[in-house]
Amino acid sequence: MWSQLILSGIAVGSLYGLVALGFQLTYAVSKTMNFSQGASVMVGAVLCYSLNITLGVPAGLAVPITLVVAFGLGLLIERFVVRPFSDGGSNSWLLTTIALGIILENLAMLIFGKETRGYPSTWAETPVQLLGFGVFPVELLIPVVGLAVAIALRILFTQTLLGKALQAVSESHDTARLMGIPVERMISLTFGMSTALAALAGMLIAPVSNVSATMGTLLGLKAFATAIIGGLANPWGVMLAGILYGLVESTAAGLLGGSYREIIGFAVVILMLAIRPYGLFGQAQVKKV
Amino acid sequence: MAQNSLKRMLFKRRQVLRGVTGLSAALLTSKLAGCATTSGTAPAAEGDEPASSSDPIKLGLVAAITGPSAVSGESITRGLTIALEKINASGGVMGGRPLELVIRDDESTPAKGVAAARELIEQENVALVFGGLDSPVSLAMLPVFHELEVPYMGVWAAATGITRNEFDPNFAFRVSANDNIVDSYLLRYAKQELGATKVGLVLINNPWGESNQAGFEEWAPKYDMDIVGIEKFNDGDTDISPQLGRLQEGGAEVLLMVANAAPSAVAMKSLVRLGWEVPVVSHWGPTGGRFPELAGPAAARVVFMQTYSFFDAEGERPEALMSKLQEKYDVKGPEDVIAPVGTANAYDAMNLVALAIDTAESLDGPTLRDSFYDLPPYEGLIKTYDQPFSADNHDALSEDDYILVQWEDNKLVPFKG
Repeated sequence: MWSQLILSGIAVGSLYGLVALGFQLTYAVSKTMNFSQGASVMVGAVLCYSLNITLGVPAGLAVPITLVVAFGLGLLIERFVVRPFSDGGSNSWLLTTIALGIILENLAMLIFGKETRGYPSTWAETPVQLLGFGVFPVELLIPVVGLAVAIALRILFTQTLLGKALQAVSESHDTARLMGIPVERMISLTFGMSTALAALAGMLIAPVSNVSATMGTLLGLKAFATAIIGGLANPWGVMLAGILYGLVESTAAGLLGGSYREIIGFAVVILMLAIRPYGLFGQAQVKKV
Repeated sequence: MAQNSLKRMLFKRRQVLRGVTGLSAALLTSKLAGCATTSGTAPAAEGDEPASSSDPIKLGLVAAITGPSAVSGESITRGLTIALEKINASGGVMGGRPLELVIRDDESTPAKGVAAARELIEQENVALVFGGLDSPVSLAMLPVFHELEVPYMGVWAAATGITRNEFDPNFAFRVSANDNIVDSYLLRYAKQELGATKVGLVLINNPWGESNQAGFEEWAPKYDMDIVGIEKFNDGDTDISPQLGRLQEGGAEVLLMVANAAPSAVAMKSLVRLGWEVPVVSHWGPTGGRFPELAGPAAARVVFMQTYSFFDAEGERPEALMSKLQEKYDVKGPEDVIAPVGTANAYDAMNLVALAIDTAESLDGPTLRDSFYDLPPYEGLIKTYDQPFSADNHDALSEDDYILVQWEDNKLVPFKG
């Protein structure tokens, strides 16, 4: 039984981590976050479903189109929902991004409909056996993609010129601007990337959990909790926190029953913050939201 | 030329608009007049008034027209509409008054259902309200019906507490399954046909799940069966294999499942993950949605209870209903009937309601309620109803009326054993 709990926890947890990376990314660079991340997960799944299943666009094309559209959505979110409301240290972006999430969800209900749809996929039909427990291929893909993204982000930030520019922006907007770094464009870029990450998570989860307008709400909330536990400091920490959170949840469900899953999960979040206010892998100076 | 014809069209449109305004004004006046009559102290006078003798009698429906269980709303609407048109074609009720159906969407949300029920009764003056698939919605609406003294007729939602409630007099009737009876039926099947003595319960975490938990716990000892575990899960969970693993450890030989289409599909996928080939016997929730699409090939493993199947249905009434379904809704055969129980229950329920109105000769809520106890025998689709309701039984269907079905290539077919 334990193996099943662990595997189930890792699969779900990597998903939390993947969405949480989006929170971490924008927070690290601009000290702002996009609370419509959950809705972006849904947008990714719904868009890919509509392209691939409804319109018959091949998956190999539907996935990149979805990622590009989500990236564009992220740029728009930053420009119109975050930037005007974060000037002068205002925290209004917090509310505006939450509002946007609700708008996106209701738009999806209008356009896509309120019915839950199944995403037929060979990746989620026959489970493969791994050390005596079953798992759908797509669920193996989730942690792999999550780790790959975390590594890629690490490399981007430490090894490339763009990463150096992003780091400069995260340290001081004014200094970065003096050095000729286009600060606004850098911040925009992180929002585009974070929304695309959320959409990627949405596409990965669609074959297992089906597609609906409200599929991202709880996921977005748990990803935020994960990002806070991880400490918002580095992608590794966030990814690891996601997997830990998934394990806590599946263990709670497996040992005590499904009714206890959210109770134990969120209680651990509170406990964690009480013990380590700056997160598991965070530094003390990080400002809490 | 083109301009001229355009002008003529506009003129026509204006005329039409004027006509519509006049008509709606007239309707409004008659409605206000109707209001005055029904709120008066002598409801019996309504039937005698010559002016209202051909006014339509409004009946309400509060069901999931959109949302994850939208299929159920559509299937109920079909059954009610076909029965209603047949009744109207043969002269209506109470000496020539046609029936009219007013539909409201509850979106599977109790609060929306409550508001809709109140609006239907207070604004639309419906004589009775039909309910939809969601038990939590129907349970939430009960106080409204009892406060306003208007009968409720359930055609799907099966929670025990809907008809066996604490209200006296009880205004809730049902032509559908009753969880308590279903639970006994499912347990008996698991024991007698599958030879199981240990069962695991997989229940949705809401009042409907609780209603069935109570039923299973009541009946299991009577069949000498053990419930080895009760697992509850939420709509929106993506993987419940940890919970199902507990049931497997506990030695469950059969799983009894109570949930709607989307969560049931998640449960089936989790079983596939576990590679656990346990038989699954289910309440009918998944038949109100896109279960085969959501659950994939595993959908075929589940056996469901139903109150009716359009397969092998012979006789004048089933054939007439089938030909209406073909004519109005482009249904090709029994395999095309979506969510069959909704249509079948609703069809019989509408006919019983019409009989009750005729028996009562009044639209007064308490009088109409009492008349359900004095219905003449009625040969319906599901069975012949002979005194279907009494003071201690508000469920027209019993265990003998239930059947088992399964999904086969996206179609619900009778279970072949």
